[in-house]
Formats: sequence, structure tokens, C-alpha cells
Amino acid sequence: MKTYWRSIEELANPKEIRREEVREEAKQKSMLMRGDDQLSGSSRRDFLKTFGFSVAAASLIASCKRPINKAIPYLVKPVELEPGTAEYYASSYFDANEYGSILVKVRDGRPIKIEGNTLSSVSQGGTSARIQAAVLNLYDDARFKGPSKAGAEISWDIADQEIMAQLAELKTQNGKVVLLSSTIISPSTREIIKGFIENQLNTEWIQYDAGSVSGMLEANQKSFGLALIPDYHFNKAKVVVSFGADFLGTWLSTVEFTRGYAAARQLQNGQKEMLRHYQFEAGMTLSGSNADVRFPIKPSEEGAIVLALYNAIAQAKGGTLAPGVQSSVEIADLAKDLLENEKQSIVVSGSNDVNIQLLVNGINQLLGNYGSTIGLENTLQIKQGIDGNMDRLLAELQAGSVKGLLVWGANPVYDHPRGKEFAAAISKADLSVSFSEKPDETSALCQYILPETNFLESWNDQEPKAGIYSLVQPAIAPIFNARAPQETLLKWSGNNLNYHGFIQNFWKETHFSNQKEISDFVQFWFNTLQRGVYETTQTSTLEYSPEGISQAAGLIKSTGSGIEVALYETIALGNGKHANNPWLQELPDPVAKISWDNFAAMPVAYAEEMGLKNEDVIRVNGMELPVFVQPGQAKDTISVALGYGREIAGKVGTHVGTNLYPSVSTANGTRQYYLASAQVEKVPGKTFELAISQTHYLMEGRPIARETTLVDYVKDPAAGNELFAINQAKSVTLYGQPPLGGGHHWGMSVDLNSCTGCGACTIACQAENNIAVIGKDQVRNRRIMHWIRIDRYYSENPQNPKVSFQPVMCQHCDNAPCENVCPVAATPHSEEGLNQMAYNRCVGTKYCMNNCPYKVRRFNWFQYVKNDKFDFASNSDLGRMVLNPDVTVRSRGVVEKCSMCVQRIQAKKQEAKLEGRPIADGEFQTACAQACPANAIVFGDLVNQESRLSKLFGDPRNYYLLEELHTLPTVGYLTKVRNPEA
Amino acid sequence: MYKTAVRGKLIDGDKSLNQISTDILAPIEDKTPLWWYAAFGISLVMFIWGAISIYITVTQGIGTWGVHNSVGWGWEIVNFVWWIGIGHAGTAFSIFLLILRQKWRTAINRAAEAMTVFAVLSAALFPLIHMGRSWLFFWVFPYPNTRGPLWVNFNSPLFWDFVAISAYLLISASFWYFGMVPDFATIRDTAKSKVKKAVYGFFAFGWTGSSREWLRFEGLAFVLGGIAAVLVVSVHSIVSTDFAVSVVPGWHTTLFPPYFVVGAIFSGFAMVLTLVTLMKKLYKMDDFITKNHVDAVCRILVFISLIMGTAYITEIFIAWYSGSEYEIYMFFENRITGDYAFQFWAMFICNALVPQLFWSRKVRKNLLMVFIISIIINIGMWFERFNIVVTSLAKDYLPSTWAPYEPTIIEVGFFVGTIGLFGLGVLLFFRFLPQIAISEVKMVSKFNKQTTDHLKPGHHDYE
Repeated sequence: MKTYWRSIEELANPKEIRREEVREEAKQKSMLMRGDDQLSGSSRRDFLKTFGFSVAAASLIASCKRPINKAIPYLVKPVELEPGTAEYYASSYFDANEYGSILVKVRDGRPIKIEGNTLSSVSQGGTSARIQAAVLNLYDDARFKGPSKAGAEISWDIADQEIMAQLAELKTQNGKVVLLSSTIISPSTREIIKGFIENQLNTEWIQYDAGSVSGMLEANQKSFGLALIPDYHFNKAKVVVSFGADFLGTWLSTVEFTRGYAAARQLQNGQKEMLRHYQFEAGMTLSGSNADVRFPIKPSEEGAIVLALYNAIAQAKGGTLAPGVQSSVEIADLAKDLLENEKQSIVVSGSNDVNIQLLVNGINQLLGNYGSTIGLENTLQIKQGIDGNMDRLLAELQAGSVKGLLVWGANPVYDHPRGKEFAAAISKADLSVSFSEKPDETSALCQYILPETNFLESWNDQEPKAGIYSLVQPAIAPIFNARAPQETLLKWSGNNLNYHGFIQNFWKETHFSNQKEISDFVQFWFNTLQRGVYETTQTSTLEYSPEGISQAAGLIKSTGSGIEVALYETIALGNGKHANNPWLQELPDPVAKISWDNFAAMPVAYAEEMGLKNEDVIRVNGMELPVFVQPGQAKDTISVALGYGREIAGKVGTHVGTNLYPSVSTANGTRQYYLASAQVEKVPGKTFELAISQTHYLMEGRPIARETTLVDYVKDPAAGNELFAINQAKSVTLYGQPPLGGGHHWGMSVDLNSCTGCGACTIACQAENNIAVIGKDQVRNRRIMHWIRIDRYYSENPQNPKVSFQPVMCQHCDNAPCENVCPVAATPHSEEGLNQMAYNRCVGTKYCMNNCPYKVRRFNWFQYVKNDKFDFASNSDLGRMVLNPDVTVRSRGVVEKCSMCVQRIQAKKQEAKLEGRPIADGEFQTACAQACPANAIVFGDLVNQESRLSKLFGDPRNYYLLEELHTLPTVGYLTKVRNPEA
Repeated sequence: MYKTAVRGKLIDGDKSLNQISTDILAPIEDKTPLWWYAAFGISLVMFIWGAISIYITVTQGIGTWGVHNSVGWGWEIVNFVWWIGIGHAGTAFSIFLLILRQKWRTAINRAAEAMTVFAVLSAALFPLIHMGRSWLFFWVFPYPNTRGPLWVNFNSPLFWDFVAISAYLLISASFWYFGMVPDFATIRDTAKSKVKKAVYGFFAFGWTGSSREWLRFEGLAFVLGGIAAVLVVSVHSIVSTDFAVSVVPGWHTTLFPPYFVVGAIFSGFAMVLTLVTLMKKLYKMDDFITKNHVDAVCRILVFISLIMGTAYITEIFIAWYSGSEYEIYMFFENRITGDYAFQFWAMFICNALVPQLFWSRKVRKNLLMVFIISIIINIGMWFERFNIVVTSLAKDYLPSTWAPYEPTIIEVGFFVGTIGLFGLGVLLFFRFLPQIAISEVKMVSKFNKQTTDHLKPGHHDYE
């Protein structure tokens, strides 16, 4: 091989030269790397460093602004707290005259959900929409942040000093002090008030209810010698006649009544009998829409009909006849039905007229209902206000004879018919103090605002029915600088005990000493606290006296002429106290399906006659109201809801609708919730938009909500459900039915015969699943987010239609049309039969929504959380504290829907797995099923052949919604059975 | 073979090959006419309105539209299907006639293809923007990814849609572009400005006009044409499966694939007619686009219109014959009568009845009438899509969820914006690209030379 050389040196010593070259190369390289090369100022490494730094800095400055989340760990973790797991505390809800024994679910120190306490004999584990929504009141931005005087913040000490000085001065001058409260059913609080009155001397305590039952209390005073509300046992009744009492919706203890009513109409276990319900009313209420026989009447017609019924029954039973005006309605059949069901019927009236209530008492007495379906032992305590007291207070205030006014839980400026006079008179008192939790029309006029704690932050005890007690315990430390008024009153009476200590002492002296089971008070206390309820048996020695009946009959007026306006409370807002709760504002009225407004419900014929349609505007006695044509509205009547038109409520509730309380009239010393002879005129050319979430009334003959009558049902349990067998026979597939998996196959059953349509499930679901509130405009645009909606259909005569309610949530079809159309596979089917929704995966084509025959899928049309355009609960840190951490908060542009509370399923499965046991039937429920006061929804596992759900799926009444489409839903419905014929 | 004596000349005016080039390129070479600026301005304003609407939609959400939980698809899908339909014709026109060797196509095919490209572009915007999270649109692409990896759902018609439309857009655009290559070369060779030379030269792809290039060119045209012919049928069939595969009454119809394809060709041909009459009037292309062209398209439209009418009546008959109460309600109480009767009858009259006027030679010869009817057909086809998309969703199975639908100004703006986009595209095409395929016209120009008696049997034997 030839040798090539470059120089003489290389030829001489090639290896050394090569070594030299390599060395030099390496040196150059290392110099470059080190950057001490004199030729260039910076090295590659320097360049990379600078480049890297600037890119990182630029990106940091430009885009990487991350939200700062504060998570403060426990320094010393409380023993009972396990981060990420929920604790339940037994407590009680009593607000705005509604009572419920509850369990508060607390996650990481935050109450996030309210469930019913099954140990209570009153609410029996059921809840209502308002009880469910109460947890959001805790996180209301409008709440007072601390005590104030004339709008300026002050400290509790100074407030106490100043007020105590004034009280002492009033005491020396013998100036009258009035404590004006809503009904207080807390025995310990009553004790404290007693102490305060004893200490302050010239002091009067007046209880005032916006929705008064004064007439009933006074009537019972005459009949039984005691101002009481009897204890109705709807579960024992065969016939119920209600005169304008919406006992399923808003009248007294609705959860308890709904439980009893549903139980008495229950047909799931082969019963062949059920309660028959007659309803006389003006507007279509929840009770009226569930009634078997409904008589639309004018409010002023009620007296005459009650009287006629009384006389018919008195004649048959040999009682004293009471002559009076003639009834316009034929009641012979009704009387016959009642007489056939003596001791098994209930007659109630929602009227606040003493005379009508006296006659109703007379009817119940003649039918022997007292002692069987109507008890006098555990009398209902939740409304105790006597109307006359309020008028007296107003007169005294106006006269200047009341020097000090303490207002607690009452808001007469807004909800008393003479609220304006109250507003003017409050300033005449030398001292005015409000204990209100959040701003309202009355507190705005008081000198001092000493905010009370939310019930979830407080100790308390309640006695909803005589002898039936329950405790309230704080589930969170007070969020704001608030204090329980009991504490304040104790202090002002010179008692230095705190309220917690006072309650314990009080219970020790009363209940503990009256029982023998537990000998140690601490054990007794904790035992009661854990159970939440303490119930004692009572006896009654009350004797009925027919005193005043004939006089009452004489005072019944004949039916008025002209248009009458019936005033009613709504399921969602009640008396309007919680108007600032966006969940409640957005809950559609069960019958009208309207949220965010009150409206004039007009009879179909009258609206046609006047040329009115929905969203037109009429003027009723000078008040402009939007029109809603309501099938079933009685002739010559208009119904308008109370509880709207708050002037000072907070960002959500202020100026929603019109306040009708000033239209409440007074007759015979009690407030009458209707307006006789109203002047109605059309406001031409004016319209007012209403957020109606269901606009089509009819089923169009489709087999959607199936029904039958009891007579047919007794003959054939599958009556009204004949299509099921036909559809099942046609339900064939090429592929063979896949067997239900070895694990679970979750499903639900909805008994249409039990469901009253109250909407408690909707709010429970909203609380459990972080469902957004979208506001009036968006609801009107048909974009409501509720995962479970209640469809309402009318049938037959539009003047007095039959109503069907049908809760519809995701049907979790085993052959789901939504699943195969999603291009990104965001909604797959689980092995446990659930139709799942992967929010992260969804790109929002909305194809699944179109292809869902049930239209249960909901789209996030906007960013509903942290968006100033949707300034409801989820736009503040405080409001978002209610969010359930187990459920994703959905972003804009994704589809969501009922998950069958998959978070509950997973939690329970994990628990069972850790304990190495199968999940028992009924061990847990979905939020809707748990909340339902009628027990209409049953959740369970279809793999378990013994589960209650599997049994219900085998019931002859069971069918699937749109089963002819072969979607194979895992939600079944049980036909509704009506009981119209006697 | 096209018989000039029977069917008239393909090109009027007895032009030399050079004159053909000059005449067709005149709009590119001449000064831009004033009406062009006016039209461009109007289109631009419409486009800007659309752009603003899209901006609002993307930043605030689909909630700015009128769609809701019951009617999840509204104008955006109506417009999407409408544009895709229009986008059909170009290719259908060009390709079917190419494959069938109909030489008369040469004067119109370029404009038709251009229209296709802009229409499909307009159409593609709608499914993209109507997504709740349009920034994640690429999740519809099936490719190995870092998201799991999560694969797309091959069962979903929307995925098929995506594949069909993207393939169609690709092939149509290629077909259009490659067809223009020889013409670009002509412009390059005749242009005087250096910039023009460079730009058109770039697009001309170094075309020299050698016979080898012509051989390749024709081969490519047939290959692309062959693929596109299949796509023309498939793309609208697949768009129709968006509806046909669902359970919604009025959507769940096996008739849909052919019905949609024919409907698409119908609307596309109508749009071709609109453009062609405009070209005749505005650019005086009467010599190339003769009355015979207009006449031929009109005849096709009469035929398709009859098919459309048959399809409508078949749908109604089958709805009744099925015995399904939901289908019967949909057709008889929600389309023929009811809240949406106007849209139904607008569709029926515009598509099935009005085009019957084309039976009359007088109407076919009246350019204004032809123009008006072509617009009416396009309006009718829009109503057809509205009729399908909205009426079915507004009143489907559960009456409790029935809800009317009205578009918002944002949705209208989006639609107007795509019309603006289409207008801009067409105007730019008129101004900067040869409206008529010069080379192809030249190929057929010899038919005009009446040198021999073409009708004599055996005359062509020497060829």
C-alpha cells in the first residue's frame, strides 16, 4: 500500500503528528465549550444558557400565569376528620315555617348537601326543594358580614353595650319593648325569651307568619280550647277533601303529608285500595293537579261549599244543622263518599277564615276523624302567629307606644299587607334591632343589625310537633361575624351562659330527667345529638265542642261577583324569604313550569275572551302582571304567587317579579289570601317575557305517561299498560340480549302514582351534581341545566284537566342512541349499565343531544362558572364552597347529563370492597331517590334478582319510556292509577 | 360524439386559437371594472360580519346562537349541508361530463370547479365552529396521540363526515388546480408585468406544453376525475347518514343517501347556472358560454326537479305507510301543516314546481328568468335543509321537550359571512384566474370548422 504524506514531519513520525492534531482539536473544542476562546465573545454553551433563560422567562411572563390555590393543611388533624371523606351531622331545618329533620353532609369542613333524617317521625327521611336548597343559603354573598349600626360596622361589644343601656333606660321608663319574630318552635329559645321578658318587664313577644294560619288556630281555640294545628295522618286516610289547602306543596308540613299521602296511594305490594282525593281550589296547585276529583271554584265560593258539606253530613249523622248561604257545587256524592269512609277521611281547608275552619272542624268531628286520621296529641307547632296581634303592634308602633322593636326572622315591611305602614312606623321606635341573617326590607329600616348565624352554623333545638324534638348542631364554624340571637338575648337578660351550654342545661332539666333509658346526661346528649331527634309519646285530653258552628254558618258570605285573585305561595320560594337562592328561583313551578317570575295565571276561556295569550300583560288593580294561560284555573279567577318582588334581597332575588302581599286583604280579623273583585284590563301592545321551560301541554296521544283508573287496575294490574307486552314481543334483536353482567347493573324505577311533581329531586340533584344556574334568559331559551326534569302533561277538558307528572332523567339505555353517534367516544357505556359522560373528552358536537329521544342531555352553552354574565351562586369564592368535590364542574362547550350519581356508586363500591362484602340492596341511593318525599324513585341493582328494583321491574305496571324505539332503558316507570269513582 | 350540426356550435364567433386566449384572458389583462369593486366591497363587508360572528361565537360560546337543549343543530347545520350541496355540482358537473366525454362541458367546468372549492370551504367552517370546544377539533382525527391514546369512534357518522369532506375538498381542489396549470402557463407567457409572470409562472409548475405533458395532464384529469366521481356520490351520502343513522323522526330515513346526492347536484347545478348567467352578462362570455349551455343545464334541472318531487312524495308516503305515529306526526302535522308548513311548502314549490317552467323553451331562452329560477332553486334547497334539520328536532318524541327555534343575529351573521367568503372567492377567481379552461376550449374549437360534411357516414374514417 502506498504511503501518502502531507509534510516531511509526518513522513518522519506520522503517529506523533496525528496525536498532536487530535490534541489540538480537543483543545479547541474545550475552549469553545468553556467559552474562553478569544475569538468569539460567547460560547455555544453561553448561547444555550441565554437562549434557554430568555425562552423560559418569556413564556413565564407571557402565558404561565397560574391561579394561586391556597391549601392549608391541618397542623393537628382532628381525630374525626379524614380529608376527602364526608361526615354527616344530624340537624334540623326550620325556616320560613318549613320543618325537616336532616343530615348535613360535610366535606373537608364545608356543608355541601342536606339529606333527610330517616329517624324522624315528622319528615321521615324526606325533604323538599327548599330544604335541599337551604345549604346554598349558607354561602349567600348577601349575608351580613358583621353587626352594624345605621349602616356602619360596629363591634359586638359596643353594640351590646349601647343596646343594653337603651334597654335599661326603657326598663326604667317602663317603655314597651316588642320582640317580633316568625314562629319559634325551639323550646330552649322560648325559655330564653321568657327569661328576657322577665328581665326586661314591659315586653311583648309577637310571633308573625307571612303565610298565616291564624284562622285555623282561632277556630281550634274555640273547638278545643287550644290554639293548635292538628296532626294529620294522611297515610291512614281513605278519602281526603281539601278546600284550597295545597297540602302536598305549600300547606304546613308538606314533606310529612306527601309521605303519608303517597303511602296511602301506594300500589306496589299488591294493594287493591287507595286514597281518593277531592280538591276544591281556584288555581292549579300541586295538590289539585294530583287530585282524583278537582273542583275549580272561586275563593269566595269555598265557605258556601264547606257549609253545604257540613249540613249534608250533619243531616246524615244527626248533628246540628247550620243554615246559611247555598252552595253552587253539588256535593251529595262527596258527602256520600265521606260518610262511607267515616273515621278514615280527612277534610282540610287552606282558608284563613275562622268560620270556615270551624265548619271544617265540625265536619271532621261528625265523621269521627279526630282520634283516627287526625290526632290532637302531637299537634303541629310550625305556625303560631295570630293576625290580630300584628295589627295591634302596628297600631301601637304608629301611636309611638312601642319604644323598642326587636325583629327576628320576620320581614313585615315586605310580607305584611300593610308593609308600607310598618316601614313608616318602625322609625317611631326609639330602638330598633334586626337579627336578620341577610339584608331584607325590614332590616334596612332598623338602627342596629345584629346578624344571626345560619342554621348550619348554630346550636338549636326544635319542637315541630308537640313532644317531638330535634336538635340543631353547627356543621361549620360561623363564616362571618354573626351570633345566634339566643346568645344575644341571654346576654341582654344578664345571663352569661353561652347558648350551647344553655341548651344542654335545658335538656338536662327537661328531657333527660323525664326519661329512664340513659342514666348519664353526657351519653344522653350525644346519643340524641347523633340521632338528631328525640320523640316522646303524648296524650291528649282535648274535648271537641261544637261552639260557634251555627254562628259561623251565619257569617259565611255568599259567593262574590267579579274576578277574584287568589294568592298562593310557590313550591320554590314559599313566602319569599329565600328569594336570593338561585336554585329556588330557577326551579320551574311544578304546574306552570315557569321560573324566575310570578305571573297572572288566567283561565283558558277568559283569556280567549279577552284576547290574551302567554306573555301579554294585564293590569290588575293597577298592578301590571304578565299573563300565563293556565288550564284548570277556575272561572272568574286569577292566581298570582306571593313571595316575589323583593326590594332588598341580594343580587339574585331583588326585583324578581311583583310583590302581591299588599293585595292580601283582611276579613273577620284574619288575613285572607285572595283579592275579591279585581279590576282586570289588558295592557295593549305590551309583553313581558316569561321563562317557561315546557311549552307543549299535551301528550299528543303518545304512550308517554301511562295511566289507568283503580277500577280497571283491580280488574287487570296491567291496565293502561297493554302496550308494554306488545312492545316486548316486538323487541327482537339479531345479536341476542347480552346477559346482565356478573357485577352490577344499576337502574331506577319511578312510580308515577307516587310522584307528586314537587321538584325536590331536581334541587337535590342540583346540589349533588354541581348543576349550574343559568338565569331567566337562558331558561327562556330552553337551556335549563337540570339533570332531572319533571314533565307535566294535561289531558281531557282544558277548563279542568287531568294532570300527569313524569320525572325524566337520563334513561341509561342499554342500546343508547347517543353513544354511537359521538365522533370522539365521549359517552361510552359502562359494564354496570351506566351511560357515562366523559366531560374531558367531549368536543361539543351536540349530536348526542339531538339523537337522545328523551332530550335529557344538557349543553354548557356558556361558561356558567366564574362568569360575570352569570352572577349567581358560582361566581364567587363563597358561592362555590357548596360545590361537591366528587363531581367535576363542567366547562363551556361540553355536554352533561344524569350520571345516576356515579360518585355515590363508586364510593359505596369502594367501601364494600374494603369491607369485603357485597353491596346490600338499598344501602345507598341516588340524590333524587333519597330526597323524594313520596318515595317515588327507587334506585337499585338489576343483577340482584331480590332487589326491590328487580321486583318493581317485574310489576305489571312497569314500562319503559319510548320502549318501542328499542333503546332498552334501565329506568322503568310504573303507571299512574287514578281513583275518581266512588 | 358531439354533432355540431344537430346541437349547434360549441363556440360561437369563429375564433382563432389566439383569439380564444385573448378573449378568455381579457378580464385578467384588462382594467378591473367598477362593479367588481362594488361587489368585492359588499362581499368583504359580509365576510367581516361573519368573522365578527365567529369571533363572538368562539370567545363566548355557542350560547350566542339560537340553538338549545331540544334543537341542538340549527342554521349552522342547515347551512353546512346547503353549502356542501352547492359544492357538489362543480365536481359532479365537471367530472361526470368528463367521464361521459361531453365536450360541451369545457366552457363551464372551470367556473363550476372554482365554485366547488369555495363552497366546500364555506361549508367546512360550520361543523368546525359549531363544536362546543372548536379548539379541540383535531380530536376527530384518528391518529396515535398522547391522550391515552384515545381513538375516535368509527361508528359515528360525524367521523365519516369528517373523512368524506376532507377527502372531497382535497380531490376537488387538486382537480381544479391541475386543470388550470396549462392556462397558468398561457398567462405566464402572455403577461407583461414581471410580478404576474413570476406568480403565474410559479403556479404553472414549469408547464411547457409538450405532448408528453399533455399526455400526463389528460391522464391525471381522468384519474382525479375517477376518484372524484366516487366522492361526489359518497360525500353527500355520508352527510345524509348524519341524519339517516339517528333515531329522530324525519331523520331516520333510508331514502336519504340518494335523496341528498340528487338534491346536492340539484342545488349545485342551480348555482352553476347562477354563476354562468352572471359570466355571460358581466364578462360577455356569450361566445364560449352559448345559449346551448344554458339550455342544457336547464334541461338537467327539470329532470332533477322531478326526482326531487318524487323523493318528497316518497318520504311522505313512507311516513304514512310506516304506521309510526311519530313519523306521521312529523310529516303530516309538523311539515305539511303546522308551525313549519311555510318552510315545507317553500321547499316543495321552489324545488319541485318552479323548475318545471324549464319545460318551456321560451323560459330557457330568457336569461333573466333562468337567473331568477336558479336563485329560487337555491332558496328552495336551503329550505329543504331547514325542513330536515330543524323541524325534526323541534318536535320529536316527547312533547314536553318540544321547543321552537329561531336563529340569533350571530348565526345569521355567520351564514352571511360564508356567502361573503364565497363571493370573495368567486370574484377573485373572475379577476385573477382564467374563468374558462382555455386549453380545453381550444381542444373543442375545431368542432366549429365546418370544413367537411360531418353528417356523412364514414366521413371520419380517415382519422
